[in-house]
Amino acid sequence: MKANARRIKERIYKYIFSALAFASLLFLVGITITLFVEGTPLFKEVGFFKFLGGTLWYPTHSEPEYGILPLIMGSLWVTAGAVAICVPLGVGSALFINELASRRTRAFLKPFIELLAGIPSIVYGFFGIVIVAPLIQDLLNLPVGLTAFSGSLILGIMATPTVCSISEDALNFVPKEFREASFAVGANRWQTLTRVVIPAAASGISTSIILGMSRAVGETMTVLMVTGGAAVMPKTFFQPVRPMTATIAAEMGETVMGSTHYHSLFAIGLILFLITLVFNIVAELISRRFRLKLGLGR
Amino acid sequence: MKNKLFLKVMAAVTGIALLSGGYAFAAKNITIKGSTTLLPIAQACAEAFMNQHLDVDISVQGGGSGVGIASIIDDTADIGDASRPAKDKEIAKGKENGVDVYANVVALDGIAVIIHPGNPVTGLKNDQIKDIYTGKISNWKEVGGNNAKIVVVSRDSSSGTFETFNKLALDGEKVRPDALLQASNQAVAMTISRTKGAIGYIGMGYLSDAVKGVDVNGISPTKENVIDGSYILARKLFMYTNGKPQGATADFILFVLSDDGQKIVEKEGFVPIK
Repeated sequence: MKANARRIKERIYKYIFSALAFASLLFLVGITITLFVEGTPLFKEVGFFKFLGGTLWYPTHSEPEYGILPLIMGSLWVTAGAVAICVPLGVGSALFINELASRRTRAFLKPFIELLAGIPSIVYGFFGIVIVAPLIQDLLNLPVGLTAFSGSLILGIMATPTVCSISEDALNFVPKEFREASFAVGANRWQTLTRVVIPAAASGISTSIILGMSRAVGETMTVLMVTGGAAVMPKTFFQPVRPMTATIAAEMGETVMGSTHYHSLFAIGLILFLITLVFNIVAELISRRFRLKLGLGR
Repeated sequence: MKNKLFLKVMAAVTGIALLSGGYAFAAKNITIKGSTTLLPIAQACAEAFMNQHLDVDISVQGGGSGVGIASIIDDTADIGDASRPAKDKEIAKGKENGVDVYANVVALDGIAVIIHPGNPVTGLKNDQIKDIYTGKISNWKEVGGNNAKIVVVSRDSSSGTFETFNKLALDGEKVRPDALLQASNQAVAMTISRTKGAIGYIGMGYLSDAVKGVDVNGISPTKENVIDGSYILARKLFMYTNGKPQGATADFILFVLSDDGQKIVEKEGFVPIK
């Protein structure tokens, strides 16, 4: 009787948890379907290549233009800049925490870096508008401080905890024997680090970089506030740009439901979704490849 | 013992529920959604109205003019705020749903063209504003200012403020593509106050000392000039309803149009309709 009751209990738990696990899958499927249903009507009205390749974005004009190339470029530029900032910062601090820092420094530093990830993006946005943009404007003598560079700088800082935390975990996972073996054959600390530890942790480090990129390309509030929002093809980092997310956030609230403009915003969301999907697939491929190369069965 | 306590608590709760039931069940709900421009008016009027009518509960949400009108079409709100008239397309969509999208004009709003307070320019012709926004003029010296690049700040092109400005000031022409975009009146004002060469436009209610409102065609952006019609960049603000307002909704709209309501409109920085 008692054993039976336990078995039933176990089964109930199993169902509850599998339902929870599948719920997230359900949400993903739901979101994907919504994006396709609401986004694809646009391609009938505008045409896929005109949408992706057009350089003018005038969705509400009497002769509307729905070219999102400047928006894609805005997103890519800002993300590239963010990666250039968060990779050295994130991987560098991970290496420091893992290799050089004393236990006390480490216990203090890691939670603080991770705390950066908990700051709401709108706070970063305010920081960007009030402190960073005016500073950049004055330092570089620009007409306006809301630029791709300001966005990259802030997104870079925002993505740093992701990169640092996952890289540090990856470094931590490198088996102690690897290091010991390296020292045993006479390698010094630097050689051990660059020839053994980093290659062994490369899968985790590259995953962290790609996750950082996904964070940067999908970030909305901050770029809306800080990048200025000019829908032009970027020529330098020091001009205003308009990333895709900022466009959706700024225009969705007041657009007429069911209009071409409305569908075009969903279509932008769809393209963005595909971009992050590619990022994630690449991350998975890279991490699998490195794992195989090193024969780590993790 | 435990059970008795439980019963006592239940009895007390039921008693309170019954006593307050007179209110709770008779309460009328009014949902207001829409334009962020009208948000301060709707909120302040809702508070004042609820103080006078204890049986009415009003909830106010933003979302934008499009959301406001859509909420009337979809019947998800009693009042849809909009800072622009409903489009033919929206009215037609309402008819499909059996909804009569009904306009109630509750206030006027002047759009102020604003520049950095340190900018020596004090007034612009409507044509000059148009040329600046369409890209024909790109240096302040062309309109009597310093030799500095003009940083053009605009609103997201689906906002009511953009639409009104685009129609009134630009004759529907395209804003230069490299204009900066900000998603709210406050964000525009903030950008202008921090950027020396910038020009932007906001609802007159958002004018403050941090920015300078320029004269348009020699007329300064003041309430008096909007009421007498001499200031050209002005628009009507609407509270849309499904057909002529009825019941509590009608009471509320009448309140907004009353002297008390219009005083609130003025206090929030807008222009009363009378």
